[in-house]
Amino acid sequence: MAQTITEKILARAAGLDEVQPGQIIEAPVDLALANDITAPMAIAEFEKAGFEHVFDPAKIALVPDHFTPNKDVKSAGQAKILREFARKHAVVNYFEVGRMGIEHVLLPEQGLVSPGDVIVGADSHTCTYGAVGAFSTGVGSTDFAAAMAWGKVWLRVPESFRFVYSGTLPKYITGKDLVLHTIGLIGVDGALYQAMEFAGEAIAALSMDGRFTMCNMAIEAGAKSGVVAPDATTAAYLAGRARRPGVVFASDADAAYARTLEIDVAELQPTVAKPHLPANTAPAAALADTAIDQVVIGSCTNGRLEDLRQAAEILRGRRVHPNVRLIILPGTQQVCLDAAADGTMQALIEAGGAFSTPTCGPCLGGHMGVLAARERCVSTTNRNFVGRMGDVTSEVYLASPYVAAASAIAGHIATPEMVLSKGRAR
Amino acid sequence: MILEGTVHKFGRDVDTDVIIPARYLNTSDAAELGAHCMEDIDTEFVRRVQLGDIIVAAENFGCGSSREHAPVAIKAAGVSCVVAASFARIFYRNAINTGLPIVVCPQAAAAAQAGDRLRVDLAAGTVENVTRGTMYAAEPFPPFMQELIARGGLLPYVAAQLKESGARG
Repeated sequence: MAQTITEKILARAAGLDEVQPGQIIEAPVDLALANDITAPMAIAEFEKAGFEHVFDPAKIALVPDHFTPNKDVKSAGQAKILREFARKHAVVNYFEVGRMGIEHVLLPEQGLVSPGDVIVGADSHTCTYGAVGAFSTGVGSTDFAAAMAWGKVWLRVPESFRFVYSGTLPKYITGKDLVLHTIGLIGVDGALYQAMEFAGEAIAALSMDGRFTMCNMAIEAGAKSGVVAPDATTAAYLAGRARRPGVVFASDADAAYARTLEIDVAELQPTVAKPHLPANTAPAAALADTAIDQVVIGSCTNGRLEDLRQAAEILRGRRVHPNVRLIILPGTQQVCLDAAADGTMQALIEAGGAFSTPTCGPCLGGHMGVLAARERCVSTTNRNFVGRMGDVTSEVYLASPYVAAASAIAGHIATPEMVLSKGRAR
Repeated sequence: MILEGTVHKFGRDVDTDVIIPARYLNTSDAAELGAHCMEDIDTEFVRRVQLGDIIVAAENFGCGSSREHAPVAIKAAGVSCVVAASFARIFYRNAINTGLPIVVCPQAAAAAQAGDRLRVDLAAGTVENVTRGTMYAAEPFPPFMQELIARGGLLPYVAAQLKESGARG
């Protein structure tokens, strides 16, 4: 029977010839991950259940990335729980401050995710790894505790929702614009419980970093996972990086989908999600009268080297608006090094941006840029819910690094064209 | 199990950031989390809620973050059950795993108003609106999830699996 890439991955993992949407399977996990918010609760459950050993210390990743470097005494205590658990159980992939990164940027960079993998993470943006052709989904702390002990996860095989992007991406249109536009079309539960499969010529032309951004935000449409079938771009990314070869699958031409949506990208404009839902999208150009206080560029959604380079492309030789605070959150230590080596970091700092160590920080209102009452932020992060980045009256506008950088210069929501036409300051 | 309580009504897309804001995620303590439940959508909720009360919401309840702190906070606030038109998938799993009863019942969710009395029969799969004298059939859980619930959650199930396979210890 014809199968989608998601069904093929799950069937192989479960040791079955094929699976059907709705079927419940138990699948071994290739990687289970958690962070400093979700792991402490999981560790407490693990110990309360009387489990003594993790199933495989090499297949667990613990990444203290949310409130690190620790923002207060309580969060330091939470991070300490991870550190001590990692030592006790000889967890191979524990990443300490100074060697770490934002989990969903770090783990692919470190070669820990491969095509055909089944990955669960106690973080909703675990869906990011679908960009390498894995099945990867977010779970809670108890599911993670179970995976650490058992090495398996129960899953209901999702229906697949196929998105076919035709046409050539216009200049300054990125994976972020594609995924925001898509969520705007289908709504924040438009792909509830489903696997979002991204395909078409615009995806074939999209960089790995752009694909990570798209799969990262599948959860914002309610999806269980996002996936892009591996191709030459994937192979080039994984070469010399992936620690396991993985298994490459592709959907059969006659596979069954719950729904297929064709999207022509040729006329797509820089897209922004207005408060307070990622589906509340509008063209950036239509929001130019929206004055802003802060810009955040980075996160698990847009904290990769290409994202920072895109921001620097706009900000180089220009200045951040006097009324705006620009905060850069690189995804990993390696992203920092690469951004330092190619001049990206210098351009962003010279423009007036604050360059942070890797952390989730302000994305979830943690630290490093929390918003005050009625403040407004353009952010390359993934959620703009009420109170997400700070005070309940603050507002978050989600955008691409290009739009975020242009907005930082303009002092209001802006497209790259709006600021580039004004030339450079120096 | 039969749960009866007063309805607290919410709309669609109630996200986990308003159920338990991230500024309180520097702890895993249930009572502390419960004290801030729903704070960013209804500052009076914690003061108003009585033990056994029922949250009723429209579509996509619990969307956003995977934080299990969300069902933990709801349970710790004294809420006995959440009835919604639909749930976001990670919240759905987390609720089952942490023993927070949830019921998918779009008709009951649409009809119930704040202050109504609801009686939820989990075994029979019914939601009765005592105030309005109406009865609704809830969407049944798939058999596997019923087994998880019957065993007391995911971890007792896993412990039994490990014992069977002899892999434990």
